[in-house]
Amino acid sequence: MPSDFLSNLYVFILAGFVGFELIKRVSPLLHTPLMSLTNALDAIVVVAAIIIAGRQETKLSVILGLIAVAASFSNMVGGFFITDRMLRMFKSGKPKKS
Amino acid sequence: MSSAASMQLIHTTYIVSVVLFILAIKWLSSPTTAKRGVLSGEIAAALALAATLADPEVHEYKWIVVALVVGAGVGIPLGMVKITAVPQRTALSHAFGALSASLIGIAEYYVGIPRLTHFGMGEIGLEVVIGSLTFTGSLIAAAKLQEIKFIPQRPVVYKGQNIVSLSVLAVAVLLIIALVINPEQPYLFPIMVVISLVFGVLLVTPIGGADMPTVISLLNSYAGFTAALLGFVLNSKVLVVAGALDGSSGFILSVIMCKAMNRSFTNVMFGAFGQVQTSGAAAQETRTVRSASPEEAAEILAAASKVVVVPGYGMAVAQAQHKVRELFDNLTKKGVEVTFGIHPVAGRMPGHMNVLLAEADIPYDRLKEMDDVNSELPQTDVALVIGANDVTNPAARTDPGSPIYGMPILDVDKARTVMVIKRSMNPGFAGIDNPLYYFDKTLMLFGDAKGFVGDIVRELSGNSSH
Repeated sequence: MPSDFLSNLYVFILAGFVGFELIKRVSPLLHTPLMSLTNALDAIVVVAAIIIAGRQETKLSVILGLIAVAASFSNMVGGFFITDRMLRMFKSGKPKKS
Repeated sequence: MSSAASMQLIHTTYIVSVVLFILAIKWLSSPTTAKRGVLSGEIAAALALAATLADPEVHEYKWIVVALVVGAGVGIPLGMVKITAVPQRTALSHAFGALSASLIGIAEYYVGIPRLTHFGMGEIGLEVVIGSLTFTGSLIAAAKLQEIKFIPQRPVVYKGQNIVSLSVLAVAVLLIIALVINPEQPYLFPIMVVISLVFGVLLVTPIGGADMPTVISLLNSYAGFTAALLGFVLNSKVLVVAGALDGSSGFILSVIMCKAMNRSFTNVMFGAFGQVQTSGAAAQETRTVRSASPEEAAEILAAASKVVVVPGYGMAVAQAQHKVRELFDNLTKKGVEVTFGIHPVAGRMPGHMNVLLAEADIPYDRLKEMDDVNSELPQTDVALVIGANDVTNPAARTDPGSPIYGMPILDVDKARTVMVIKRSMNPGFAGIDNPLYYFDKTLMLFGDAKGFVGDIVRELSGNSSH
């Protein structure tokens, strides 16, 4: 097995465990924002898309890369936007607002 | 700056981003720190983006900026949709994420053919297959949730369906193997992509109705693992981490959804829920139900000291949540303790009902999870069910012949009085009869949820002012 693969596998396993432990603790109250936030984080794929498009190796790779940039960046922008919007809606009943 | 130094700076930035990603999810665990979590995620994304644009490998910017602008132009309106439309927006974003990762994998294959190893080909093949099926699967899911005309919302099943679907998947796997043996077969690659796209359609079309929360979580997990696989392909740790976090999040949510319906993964994927029909439904037609008017309902509610409201997606469809908020205010003012019992699969995606109620300004500490509510229900005067059906069906506890037997439910039948707002006696989404409606303690409030709750509110405020 290539050594790159092995080091990626280590990272994957550790990150998977960290994710598992953290996400288990997220209140069911926030499961919808959780999904939109992890979606926005996942849109970090945009960095790979930028590299593919920016390297300008072949016409095909540039076109596919640019579509990928647009698709993932829309997730990033939209995901953060809607997560923030939803979280603003959650108000505590403690300080009684009129 | 020298190329080596700038690469070091880029990698350092990526590491900072990864730490901020993890903090983002950690802070999202509670409503008090959640906004900090979003900020942390935004900073992480901005840093990674800036570092990548500074990468010496990137030669051309004009078109990248255009693509970013287009992406923002699509993303911002999608971030502004109504809260009822959040499930389809989420499914669409799974589709975009999977599309993006697949396209990068495809580009990487064609650029890399001459230097591809067998192992690297395996990674790309797997990544592109999962990404492509997630893309079309998520599009179908989004279309079903949006209730687009040509896409049937109810599960579509035919004889031998599972065999057909699994054969298509098997062909895709065989094509990966063929490509691993000899990566230089560029004509096989598009066939593999098309077959994966077809499999995605076949995978999600038979699923529908009450299973949508599970499907959307599963697709979330596929989209995450696709990104992680792409990280393996490109040897990019930041993608591996982000993908692993997203993938495990979707996976945990799928498990929670499956448990909340007492079903296994395989059952959700390969056994369409809508097909199940109760055998005893016809025998129950002769039973009588008691109904009540808004005035009577208002009197009973005003006399209660503890009320639990059980909302379902029907409440959101009827746009009744703002009237429910008025009811909540009115009863709270009269000294009645009102809480909301939220079943994990209420709504169309995990947590959907909570966001819908939060949007209507109902304080989140009044929204209770199933287990907490179930321990309170025996001391509850009135359980008011609005637009929910199967999640309150006591047959899940008592009738081993019921298709939902074993599913955890909200035990509203343990409250002293149960009131159910319903349009008619038609069985719900899954076509399962609900014995709750025939109990002596149950009062049926027939009507549109918004109108009926509005009438109750009018009665309540009338009593206090006159």
